[in-house]
Amino acid sequence: MATSVANEGASAQIRRRDPAGGISWGRLAGLAVLVLGALIFLFPFYYMVVGALQREPKTDITSAFPNPANLTLANFGDINARVDLVRTLINSGIFTAGVLLATFVIGLLAGYALARLEFRGRNVVFNAMLLILVLPFQLFMIPLYVLIVRTYGLSDNYLGMILPFGVNATAVFIFRQFFLQLPPELFESARIDGASEFTILRRIAIPLARPAIITALIVTFIGPWNEFLWPFLITKQHDLQPLAVALANYISTVASRAANPFGSILAGAVVLAIPAVVIFLVFQRQFIESNLGSGVKG
Amino acid sequence: MAVAAAGRRGRMRRLIGRDPIGYAFIAPYVLFLAGLFGYPLLLALYISFFDYFFAAPGAVVDRPFVGLRNYQQILGDPVFQKALLNVAEFIIINVPLTVVLSLVLASALNAKLPFRTFFRTSYYIPYVTASVAVIGVWLWFFNGSGLLNGVLGPLAPKPAWLVNEFWAMPIIALVVTWKQLGFYVLLYLAALQNIPRELYEAAEVDGAGIVRRFLAITVAEVRPATTLVVILATIVGANLFTEPYLLTGGGGPNGASMSPVLLMYREGIEQGHAGYAAAIGAVLAIGVMAISAVNRFVLERE
Repeated sequence: MATSVANEGASAQIRRRDPAGGISWGRLAGLAVLVLGALIFLFPFYYMVVGALQREPKTDITSAFPNPANLTLANFGDINARVDLVRTLINSGIFTAGVLLATFVIGLLAGYALARLEFRGRNVVFNAMLLILVLPFQLFMIPLYVLIVRTYGLSDNYLGMILPFGVNATAVFIFRQFFLQLPPELFESARIDGASEFTILRRIAIPLARPAIITALIVTFIGPWNEFLWPFLITKQHDLQPLAVALANYISTVASRAANPFGSILAGAVVLAIPAVVIFLVFQRQFIESNLGSGVKG
Repeated sequence: MAVAAAGRRGRMRRLIGRDPIGYAFIAPYVLFLAGLFGYPLLLALYISFFDYFFAAPGAVVDRPFVGLRNYQQILGDPVFQKALLNVAEFIIINVPLTVVLSLVLASALNAKLPFRTFFRTSYYIPYVTASVAVIGVWLWFFNGSGLLNGVLGPLAPKPAWLVNEFWAMPIIALVVTWKQLGFYVLLYLAALQNIPRELYEAAEVDGAGIVRRFLAITVAEVRPATTLVVILATIVGANLFTEPYLLTGGGGPNGASMSPVLLMYREGIEQGHAGYAAAIGAVLAIGVMAISAVNRFVLERE
């Protein structure tokens, strides 16, 4: 798999250097559109970092091009004094890790069963999963709150945070699509050799599924890491809130009283954004390739 | 004996399938689906027909059946009507903008241009970043004495964007369009890569210009992707919560950016009227599914 990706990359490079493409007005216009797009998408991130590093709460046009002498890390100290960054990052991490673990264990088993095992009722489960992908969350907000907070008493509890996100349906879908693409002979010969289905999954399917697993885990990661509404509903204790919730509470209540509210808000925003953006950048090639692949085939 | 056993196995196989072990593999997921989606779905409908409110844990309270009264109340509630209008305004701005911009960007990415990976990646970054984080920047940018107003000078609207009744909802629609666009660009890119080159070559031979080819081939061939984009964008619109809650300070100014989910939060969680809020959720879900069905019918009709 790795070599085929590398080959594709190499051939793409050759194609790019192909002089037959030439420079035409059409290509220039296309490039102009892409550059304009990149500016619009990336400028807010530049502005976020610049704002987080500025000492004086400037909000006018000069704020985009700050004087280097005006740069400081003080805003990070400020936000850390209001929102315990380490604690809330750990909370975000536990919430996300729980969802990843459940998705990886339960979702892989389910994806394998949906793709490779024949049993009555399989299509019912598959259709239920597809339905969840299109049903809006607001339909579940009140009953989940009733169940988790009122019936099970899981407010201010990691399990209560994790449960509704539990197994990411998109990840199960990606696993299934990937296992479906593997040649059936692989599985049949292992079965003839007397391997159990669990051994086949562990020894054959999972090692081959690495690209699908990485894609599914990234898709799953950004869900709970970025989620605001659900953990906001069920966490009242500050020491259990994920960073997204703590920062949002800071924005909506405390910020008006801070000396440099935007500086500290943006410092918190940078801390919240960095893990997801870095993980995406590290795996983006694999992620986007297989995301495109599942879109085409699905 | 052996024949009888084989016959039994055959019957079993027809009844439950070749791999009964599948039930063991799928069981945890089925439990998850049943417990966290199936049961809550029924509970949501149940609650919406009762005067269901929150009481102290352990307290036995009377929650009378009220039939359709919750539904009658929300449909007659001017705040809910305003929230629905706001979602409509969001969709009217967000959906056409999303479809046009993501199709244009995807087409440009699909041409063999330099730095494609860089562009593709940069478009996707807002999508993987937390709403709460990007809202911090947009709050600063649209602030009364913020960068945008600094550039506009005397042209800046008063009151400023986010506290302006006319602009609050359009700004939310623009910010959400910006955040989600990268995802839709990838969706269109996948669809574009599936269009056979021969179609374009044949049209070129027939003398069709670049605009004509784009409209007759590209737009027509990506229609299933367009259906999906429109449906997903509608769901995002119906689910709006974080932006009106944080960007415009709780659906302000004066309810100008109130969203149905924010209203559910106010009524259901803050005020404790779960029955009323569950009815809002049901109406919304029915609305989203109806819009999805209509979209599918209109956009995929040949």
